[in-house]
Amino acid sequence: MSAFGTRVNRVEDQRLLTSGGVYVDDLRVPGLRGAAYVTFVRSPVAHAVITRIDTSRARAHPRVVAVYTAADLTGLPAPRPFGRPAHSGGFFAEPLLAGEKVRFVGEPVAVVLTEARYDGQDAADLVDVEYRRLPAVVGPAQALHDGTLLFEEAGSNLADQRDRDTYDDTVFDGADVVVEREIVNQRVACVPMEGRATAAVFDGTRLTVWHSSQNAQRCRSTLAESLGIPAEAIRVIVPDVGGGFGAKIGIDRDAIVVAWAAWRSGTAVRWAESRAENLVAMTQGRAQLNRVRIGGRRDGTITAYRLDVVQDAGAYPRTSTLAPVTCTMAPGVYDIPQVQTGYRVVVTNGTPVNKYRGAGRPEATAAIERAVDLFAAEIGMDPAEVRRRNVIAADAFPFRTGTGALYDSGEYGAALDRLLGAAAYPRLRAEQAARRDKGCVNALGIGISVYVEMTGGGGETARVTVDGRGHATVLTGSSTQGQGHGTAWSMLVEAELGIPVDRITVVHGDTDLIPKAVGTYSSRSLQLGGSAVHQAAADVRNQARWHAAGLLAVRESDVTLDVASGTWHVAGDPGRSLTWDQVVGHTGAGSIRADAEFASERPTFPFGAHLSVVEVDTETGMVTVLRHMTVDDAGPVLNPVLAEGQRHGGIAQGIAQVLFEEVRYDADGNPLHATLADYGAVAAADLPDFELEAGETPTDVNPLGVKGIGEAGTIGSIPAVQNAVIDAVAHLGVRHIDMPMTPDRVWAAIGEAGTERRSRR
Amino acid sequence: MNRISVNVDGTTYEDEVEPRLLLVHYLRDRLGLTGTQNGCDTGNCGACTVDLDGASVKSCSVLAVQADGGEVTTLQGLARDGEWHPLQRSFHERHALQCGYCTPGMIMAARDLLRDNPDPSPQEVRNSLRGNLCRCTGYQNIVEAVLAAAAARESVPAPAAGGERT
Ligand code: FES
Ligand code: FES
Repeated sequence: MSAFGTRVNRVEDQRLLTSGGVYVDDLRVPGLRGAAYVTFVRSPVAHAVITRIDTSRARAHPRVVAVYTAADLTGLPAPRPFGRPAHSGGFFAEPLLAGEKVRFVGEPVAVVLTEARYDGQDAADLVDVEYRRLPAVVGPAQALHDGTLLFEEAGSNLADQRDRDTYDDTVFDGADVVVEREIVNQRVACVPMEGRATAAVFDGTRLTVWHSSQNAQRCRSTLAESLGIPAEAIRVIVPDVGGGFGAKIGIDRDAIVVAWAAWRSGTAVRWAESRAENLVAMTQGRAQLNRVRIGGRRDGTITAYRLDVVQDAGAYPRTSTLAPVTCTMAPGVYDIPQVQTGYRVVVTNGTPVNKYRGAGRPEATAAIERAVDLFAAEIGMDPAEVRRRNVIAADAFPFRTGTGALYDSGEYGAALDRLLGAAAYPRLRAEQAARRDKGCVNALGIGISVYVEMTGGGGETARVTVDGRGHATVLTGSSTQGQGHGTAWSMLVEAELGIPVDRITVVHGDTDLIPKAVGTYSSRSLQLGGSAVHQAAADVRNQARWHAAGLLAVRESDVTLDVASGTWHVAGDPGRSLTWDQVVGHTGAGSIRADAEFASERPTFPFGAHLSVVEVDTETGMVTVLRHMTVDDAGPVLNPVLAEGQRHGGIAQGIAQVLFEEVRYDADGNPLHATLADYGAVAAADLPDFELEAGETPTDVNPLGVKGIGEAGTIGSIPAVQNAVIDAVAHLGVRHIDMPMTPDRVWAAIGEAGTERRSRR
Repeated sequence: MNRISVNVDGTTYEDEVEPRLLLVHYLRDRLGLTGTQNGCDTGNCGACTVDLDGASVKSCSVLAVQADGGEVTTLQGLARDGEWHPLQRSFHERHALQCGYCTPGMIMAARDLLRDNPDPSPQEVRNSLRGNLCRCTGYQNIVEAVLAAAAARESVPAPAAGGERT
């Protein structure tokens, strides 16, 4: 029996809807009774030398338990340096607490432990830190050209670079048309509704850390490495997580300091950051400055494409994957004979940048999908038609791209055609033309994107156990931040073993129970974690068959499992049947158990097409998204309820980036937002209902045939909405507007285009 | 220190509190009612929304002393004798929650909306939830769940622990 395609409501909801879940700050476990509250002292300046730290006044506060600074972090291993030595020289290492220098507003300088929550800020204010200010490096362009260095030892703000020396301009020589332009993929804050939160206790032997994370196991290995203690002496537990979106992969310096403080002080500690802290000190996303060059013929054929990436890493380069992934995915869905990519990673006096929903792929898609629209505008062809002429043909898979990716399966042209059909595309264009003819103030824009992205790759673990009561327990290496793994894994086990969902328990995020795992990111869970669960369940089924055969005194091949009733019986003789508890009872071991580790050599490549219809008030620049339609194809869908939820959330985050979100700094590197009122959070009123269609093109990379769906909504929606806004005002002479497409920017772009047209006349 | 008496979800509590203690922290840290979340501390996200004397308030923007003598209802007090509130049921049936962090506040805000406007249009639901942020769901299923709860007149029994097929 296959569980695939069944709409199942979530098993997780009962708890969340009645008692509200148990997130880190909700924990009321005995080990945390009387825990001290941790409050960070953070840098108020973007770039400065610390000339003095005086903690005496804070220590004298009657309810302060401890105050720690970098001077107390003795005997710890040196922080790991970033980047490939050839470029970074081993510099750019990030300390746990800033000691000599601060490099972004919000950087942790000291921690204060207090008995009560509200004493924390009072005591933190008593820590005197003197700074000698340095000029700030704000944004990637300045980092490349500025004499000010964040890490003097490195001699440069360039932390890594690749392949720019291979650019060959001659590949554009034969083109009828070449368009080049800079495209900003702005810095955004990840903003999970639950910020970072950590609690920890050291009992003299073992350190137990509760952390809001996407992967407990990586937290444990990072803690072991950072604190110089064996992994076996650390237990990491991940309770409910209030959203992650990439920013909660592993554990970062703030949380490591919290864990260290428990170990050092011998006191249980807890920390839940404020939103103001979250907006400056949780890693942020995107932050790329991209230059595209696209060349082709007037018949619509694209012949050459170059993507040059400048990645703003923020003050400490934490990741080396963003820019490389953007380069790998640069050509998107198109069969382009010549593709060149290269990147530079620079440090700036901003919050460190790391993974955020899509992590390198939305940036690649935004660049190529804007480039195709620029090319289409230049040759005067409908952007849908240009796409149709250049997408990789359905019979070309598996397809090796010019950047080395091996696309597993795809139906790009079909997805586009289906989308255009569902949208009644010609009618939309007719309405747009009619509005233009009438000189309507509310211009209509239609934006298209066709995307492919890269998900999964690597391995994941699972253990399935059926006990003497016929209940199943799944230990999974995947980790949920709201995706509904519990429901999905239960469906897989039920389909394999015939044990109903309400007798299945799914456990994740505890390194004592699940020491080896990778966790959840990169839309990897179902294809890797799900495949592991599926394999472990199949193994349990085979073991049970052997025991059932013994009990029934027949050959194994004569025993079948009736999945609908969850009973074993002799083939053709349902009268002689055994329940799971009888079979398990017969083993004498109390349970039947199997471990699985599924690994796939290759990632999978989900794809799809998005079409957005927007209205732009040409007098105010105000954008309204009227409709957003998608055809997303991530292979067979296990539970459409969950998959649609992922797509909805992804689309909303994409639209939010296009229209509202941006982390901005002033010239001194001060962030210009401290609350969710200043930062452009997207609300229900800003969005329409989304219109979803799904394809189910399978992959051969895993036994379930599935790809990932967690990030597709964001990757597909961003260029569709951005293209739609520009399309709305294209007749006024606008060719490009960078994100976020706020009313003032759109209005200014219309004005500039008008001035240009008048001056050309 | 101030002495307060507050009824929360049907139970009356008497406590000495600091004048600066916020209602959200009183509920969470003093009463252990952690079903109300804190997502921003500045009145912008709505995760902390509770009902105080018949109106929804953001409990991060209300002092505990302001609730003295009052009646507070939180998500944890919505179900009655195992009967879910129609919004709890419809949030489940429409998959209107993912991580669940915004959910307690979202449901309390939606309950307030339906009290004022028992038959809202989709756009009215979207507009009235402006003060409640959700980073996971894209809001669509939340809007559908609120509309579905408006359509359902009576509360119905809570489902069993397992998921059910639709
Ligand atoms: S915590 Fe109260 S509105 Fe956000
Ligand atoms: S469900 Fe996660 S914030 Fe709303």
